Amino acid sequence: MAALRAFRIRLLGLLRARRAAAEIDAELETHLAMHIDDNLRAGLSPEEARRRALIQLGGLEQAAQAVRERSTLPWLENLAQDLRFAFRQLRKAPGFTAVVVITLALGIGANTALFSIIDTVLLHPIALPHPGELVSVDASKPNFEHGSISWPNFLDWQRDSRSFSGLAAYAHQGFVMTGDGDAERVRGNYVTANFFQVLGIQPVIGRVFAPHEDEIGRPPTILLGGGFWKRRFGADPHILGRTILLDNRSYTIVGVIPASFDLAFRDFLPEDIYIPIGQWQVDGLLERGAGLGIHGVARLRPGVPLAQAQAGMNAISDHLAALYPDDDQGVGAALTPLRTVIVGDVQPFLIMLLAAVAFVLLIACCNVANLLLARSTARAQEFAVRLALGAGRRRIIRQVLTESTVLALPGGMLGLGIAAVGARAAVALVPEALPRSSDIQVSLPVLGFALLTSLLVGILFGVLPAWKIAAQHPQPALRESGSRTVHGSRHRTQDALVVFQMAAALVLLAAAGLMIRSLLTLGHTSPGFDPNGVLRFSVAANHLPEIATPAGARAYRRRLDETLRSVPGISAVSLTEGGLPMAGDNEEQFWLQNEVKPAGATGLHLSLLYIVEPDYRQTMRIRLLRGRWFTSADDASAPRVVVIDDDMAHRYFANSNPLGKIIHLSDLADSQATVVGVVGHVLQFGLDNDAGFSIRSEMYLPLEQVDASTGGFFYDVVARADHPESVFADIQIALHRMNAAQVAWRPLTMNQIIDSTLAARRFSMIVLGAFAALALLLASVGLYGVIAYLVGQRAQEMAVRMALGADRQDVLRLVLRRGAALAAIGVAAGTVAALAVTRFMAGIALASSSLIYGVHPWDPTTLLGTIAILMLVALVASYVPARRAASVDPMQALRSE
Amino acid sequence: MTGKTDVWQGTLALMVLKTLETMGPQHGYGIARRIEQTSGDRLALNYGTLYPMLLKLEQEGAIASEWGVSDNNRRAKFYRLTRVGRRQLDRATEDWEQTTAIVARFLAPAREA
Repeated sequence: MAALRAFRIRLLGLLRARRAAAEIDAELETHLAMHIDDNLRAGLSPEEARRRALIQLGGLEQAAQAVRERSTLPWLENLAQDLRFAFRQLRKAPGFTAVVVITLALGIGANTALFSIIDTVLLHPIALPHPGELVSVDASKPNFEHGSISWPNFLDWQRDSRSFSGLAAYAHQGFVMTGDGDAERVRGNYVTANFFQVLGIQPVIGRVFAPHEDEIGRPPTILLGGGFWKRRFGADPHILGRTILLDNRSYTIVGVIPASFDLAFRDFLPEDIYIPIGQWQVDGLLERGAGLGIHGVARLRPGVPLAQAQAGMNAISDHLAALYPDDDQGVGAALTPLRTVIVGDVQPFLIMLLAAVAFVLLIACCNVANLLLARSTARAQEFAVRLALGAGRRRIIRQVLTESTVLALPGGMLGLGIAAVGARAAVALVPEALPRSSDIQVSLPVLGFALLTSLLVGILFGVLPAWKIAAQHPQPALRESGSRTVHGSRHRTQDALVVFQMAAALVLLAAAGLMIRSLLTLGHTSPGFDPNGVLRFSVAANHLPEIATPAGARAYRRRLDETLRSVPGISAVSLTEGGLPMAGDNEEQFWLQNEVKPAGATGLHLSLLYIVEPDYRQTMRIRLLRGRWFTSADDASAPRVVVIDDDMAHRYFANSNPLGKIIHLSDLADSQATVVGVVGHVLQFGLDNDAGFSIRSEMYLPLEQVDASTGGFFYDVVARADHPESVFADIQIALHRMNAAQVAWRPLTMNQIIDSTLAARRFSMIVLGAFAALALLLASVGLYGVIAYLVGQRAQEMAVRMALGADRQDVLRLVLRRGAALAAIGVAAGTVAALAVTRFMAGIALASSSLIYGVHPWDPTTLLGTIAILMLVALVASYVPARRAASVDPMQALRSE
Repeated sequence: MTGKTDVWQGTLALMVLKTLETMGPQHGYGIARRIEQTSGDRLALNYGTLYPMLLKLEQEGAIASEWGVSDNNRRAKFYRLTRVGRRQLDRATEDWEQTTAIVARFLAPAREA
């Protein structure tokens, strides 16, 4: 404890330093005086008396120094002194300081921003308790790996499975809400009673569904999503027990789900509502072979591995296939960890970004290293002098350490600011592509990461060169004039660093270049129809009395078409059912005229199906290749017709004329349809990934010939308008005037839809492009720094050359050649690396298509282009200091030392 | 490298405290002179190391200081032993005596042989 007391006193001593010093001097003076007195009394001469006294004291200044050190904390004092010195040095070289701080800030900032995104998105994508236990459950069928589960199968699975602590199901459905103000379209989900328990979600108010509440015949209840509750009811806490009218049925509100529940898979949104699945009045709910869009989610029992659960489910589905061979043959359960479903797509892509960012950070560090190396060489003389004056090597290294930390920390902090802005900007670019994007923020571990990185970089690159210098003998440095100490090895280090920077920049440029070319290629890809001017929206009138009969529905449809066509600016309109390009897809199973009807579902052919009105071709501007398109004569009383696309014509009717052939439509009660026309193929799944899908054949059926499903009156409408972005308001007015109880919603222009399929790609292009530009900037600054340093080093030599007759051009060329040589080596190394990296990129998937689209990863134009850009920038970066070298006055340079 | 300096520091501290106990309050020069005397002039004390030691002891609370006037009318800093210091002295003396006794036992048989 005595030591603690001493420490405390010494700490306080820092403050009283000056007064203490005066006291110490006084005490020692007294001591000296007394000793001298004694010596004089002993008979020594005054000079001898003083000399002896001083010797025995060990020197007045040394003794005072020893006591002074004891009275404070010397290391703290030294630190303060170092800091002051460091700040002064840095202030004297503002350019250098600025460049280092900004370089570090950019490198660390980009790194930290991406790390924040990865931390939230990749490492904690699911904000639910024990997310590792959650699995997504689908039915694997011969044609669909992740198909929907039939309700009877689900009940059997639930009853027989042993590996889950809970198995729940859900299905998306849309509703029209009426009664309270304007009719409104609502997103809904039919869920099993245990859905929220399995996920581990507690209600905000009220309760979640009780067991058995999802059975058929129970009173209709509903849970509101938090967003819906806030928007529609102003977060009123007294809504429990009130009712909502959906599709003319009354549901009682029993609880509210937190708005933060936005499980990114299969889109649940804060705006959704939830209804027990027993309330679903749909044909086929009790059919074992039906596909209604029901999917499952389950929680594994603690300790049960996925493989075991999968094996268990396989046994159960085998058993069911034996019991019900017609419906369940080939049908199994597919279990996927929820994390994979949410993040799997994004993971390799984010890792690629991480690599890009690591490159940028490396380049930034190389820059800083080079700058610090150059500076330490310039200060070799200063260090030598200090060494000669008695400073310990450790002291010098400690001082350099302080300096580099003072440089590095602001860089890190600034980087943190950049990271915060950068992360938010990145999220704003692609809000839906990343799960939990709303949660991304700069968090504590990220802060620690940034601090650590900046400290490490600063310390490493500041101290290493200083250590090398301090390890030398001070003599040679003292003898020569300071800045001309050219150490061969240091030169090589700097050159190597610059070459590395150039190489890394080239790799990034190549990657960005390929992304840009991919996007450009996609921009020129025709989707098979003309998206310019097409608006798509949905309309529903589920509960109107007029549509109760097929004739009434038909008449209503005609009126709807007329109303829409009468809106100013609209030239063509078509109601559609089922699938639309770039939107949902719908399939039809069929077999051909010359085939026997296959026994089970697996033998049937599969094609995409579009159920449209005659004006559809005019609206979408699809090419007619052979035969004819639908007319209004193709209605319910006329023979069934079908129009196929050229893919289907080629695949199924390769050598013959398809016109007049018959197709048996399995899903339409095995009815026959005659092929009357062939149209061009349209891209259903996206501009870039259509070729990868197993189903490409397309067929069109007239809306009037397809029996209306009992799902109600609901259509997707496509309309060709002069101003698709703004015409929806007029459409709504016209529809409201026609019938106030019908609802139109979600207007999107076709171009918007296509753009959104490219969103992730555009995001990666922008990010890679930004990184590449940053890398280029940093690398060129690095090259500039090295060349400038070189010029400074050899200024004398060049002056001598010029004095001996070389002209300025020669000097210029000399320097440029050096810069070009460095850049060339960097480019060579970078090209090799780029070839490997781009090859790797081609293997990365981006939303079910390749990251690099329509261009070969080793595309020569892109590579040569990036090489050219890099060499150009390198030449410019070398030119500036070269020019300065050439314009130096030789006499000046020779005279100054 | 621990041995020599620490032992020396400990010994010096012991000598300072003992001197103050014997002489009562004294200034630095006086303490130094007294230590030399007591050692029979066999110790060539570097006075420069004494003052840091005095400061250390003062910071640890073993001694307390006060400015006063010396015999020759000089303004000097006087040190005196505190209660803590007295206890430290007793303890250090005990330790030292124990150490010398043990070492003596080792050395004695060798000398006898």
